[in-house]
Amino acid sequence: MNPIRSVCVVGAGAIGGLFAAHIGSLVDTRVLVRRQEHADRLNREGLKISGKSELQTTVLASIEPAELDDVDLLIIATKATAIEPVAKNIAGHFSRATVMTVQNGLGCEDVVAQFGDWPMISSITFMSGIRHSDVHIEYELDTETWLGPWNQRGASMAYAEAVAELIRKSGLRAKAFEDVRPAQWSKLLFNSVLNSIGAVTRLPHVKDFADREKITDLGNLVVNMMNEGKAVARAQGIELYEDPWQMNLNAVNRGKTGEDDYAHIFSMLDDVRAKRPTEVDWLTGAIVSEANKLGIAAPIHDLMYGLVKGIEQAWEQDYQKRDERRGEGSAE
Amino acid sequence: MRICIVGCGAIGSLFAAHLAKLKDLEVWAYDLDGRHVDAINASGLQLSGESNVLSYPRASSNPGDIPPCEFGIVATKSMHTRSAIESSAEIFKEGAVCTVQNGVGNEEIIAEYVPRVIRGTTFPAGHMVEPGHVEQDTGGKTWVGPFEPKPASWAEIETLASLMTESGMETLAMADARGAQWTKLIFNAATNPIGALTGLPHGVACDQPMLRKAISSLVAEGVAVAAALGITLDSDPDELVDHACEVAYLHKASMLQDALAKRATEVAALNGGIVKFGQEQGVPTPLNEVIWALIKGLEHSWTRDDE
Repeated sequence: MNPIRSVCVVGAGAIGGLFAAHIGSLVDTRVLVRRQEHADRLNREGLKISGKSELQTTVLASIEPAELDDVDLLIIATKATAIEPVAKNIAGHFSRATVMTVQNGLGCEDVVAQFGDWPMISSITFMSGIRHSDVHIEYELDTETWLGPWNQRGASMAYAEAVAELIRKSGLRAKAFEDVRPAQWSKLLFNSVLNSIGAVTRLPHVKDFADREKITDLGNLVVNMMNEGKAVARAQGIELYEDPWQMNLNAVNRGKTGEDDYAHIFSMLDDVRAKRPTEVDWLTGAIVSEANKLGIAAPIHDLMYGLVKGIEQAWEQDYQKRDERRGEGSAE
Repeated sequence: MRICIVGCGAIGSLFAAHLAKLKDLEVWAYDLDGRHVDAINASGLQLSGESNVLSYPRASSNPGDIPPCEFGIVATKSMHTRSAIESSAEIFKEGAVCTVQNGVGNEEIIAEYVPRVIRGTTFPAGHMVEPGHVEQDTGGKTWVGPFEPKPASWAEIETLASLMTESGMETLAMADARGAQWTKLIFNAATNPIGALTGLPHGVACDQPMLRKAISSLVAEGVAVAAALGITLDSDPDELVDHACEVAYLHKASMLQDALAKRATEVAALNGGIVKFGQEQGVPTPLNEVIWALIKGLEHSWTRDDE
């Protein structure tokens, strides 16, 4: 196995920026971004990291894969919602590369795999960053990235170990697993449940999510919905790495997170507030489609998935025009 | 004969204005909104839209001003039922009180304070234009019947129904009015919160297959509870959902209007009512529980200011 001498990071948001700047301090690192002015600024100013690391790294950035030459490792760090256009854009390029996906949720590997025969690594990351500008990311939570060979067309375990080693040497935290799905599903259940409830109630991660006293307390909904997801995981033979309910309790009770004034704003709630497309297809929707494939009932997931899609749809005002022939009377 | 409308908002005003047209009937309106009360006393109660009425009920925010009445019609939002009837119970010491509110559970509360209770369900809708002026958006029937544990007499029920019908609010007296009430309850509990949580008008939500399926699942839970209670529904609520798509495609459900205004909703009397009666009957209602919790969560989000 050849050492990893060159890396391309796709997407330079908070997570992509953290990978690019850190790994760029060790090996030749390029960045593939969507906007020309973003590429121009990165080429001119490099990437600055503050917070848990202090770094200033030079990177080569472009919006054209052809301008970046082939690399050993390609890390796709865009949002899940962008995965299809990203995969189309890299199709036919980076023929030597192993591809690592870092998206939330489930199914991004399948999309990428349709556009090239790269060996693949699945990963999930628990680190977080705050994007202050196109060229400055604050490294916020220095938690681990977990990675392993994708179970369908995976890179070798030795290669996954090498990637984890590279990430660790660069100053970030990483761990390689033979089978990353138990960890991936733990985070998936945590995210698909809490993000969708947060998006629909417009509540950040407040203590309500752990309350189970009254019938209307949100903790009951969290538990019941997680149980649906656990049944889907179990039917696939996946033993969860961590209990998502315990992850929820830990998050609510850790530091200031659950305190009303400092509650963590779920990424899906942040998207809803900004009226951006959410990652619900990759989270709650992914569990719905797995449940359907397995013939398992997941009625709460069905409902929550429909509600979040409905919220997204309500932003399109064009439904007003779609059907002018029908009246505007009252239904009650 | 005297009648008092308890809670003279949009729905209460429809009844008050129509009934005040009748000779030989003294109509009072009890409402906490002083501006609305003052406007009614100064220049009458005006209805526009589906009805064109100007009539002169007497209004007060002080129950002590109101003489004893043979009939009461409670038309507050369901979360205010207890405080409204508690403060006005003295007026109905010898009377029969009818509810025309949304949801279930209002009769039980009213029965704690007055001797005889009439179950009621009304379809007309309206909205307040300004103090003293309500626009009626839709017409429709009202059904009244005995509240079985503490019923008004059949004569009282028929008297009230004929007064309301004569005034222009078509009302049917039913030996069992639960069918109409539960049909409306199940329809509202399945459709209203979907609008409130997503922001979608009724028909647009129904066009989305996942939401349409969710509505049917919520309807099915309500139908099962009604069946366990021995209630024969007036019509299939699921068909009402489709019918409403035809006639009210862009209608924003009242709970969606509450959500847009960040006002407390009537979820406890709708989905909460189905859940509570379901528990009593041993009928599971898991999705209505989910909806109840989600709306309570949404209401909580309005009390925060971190956006």
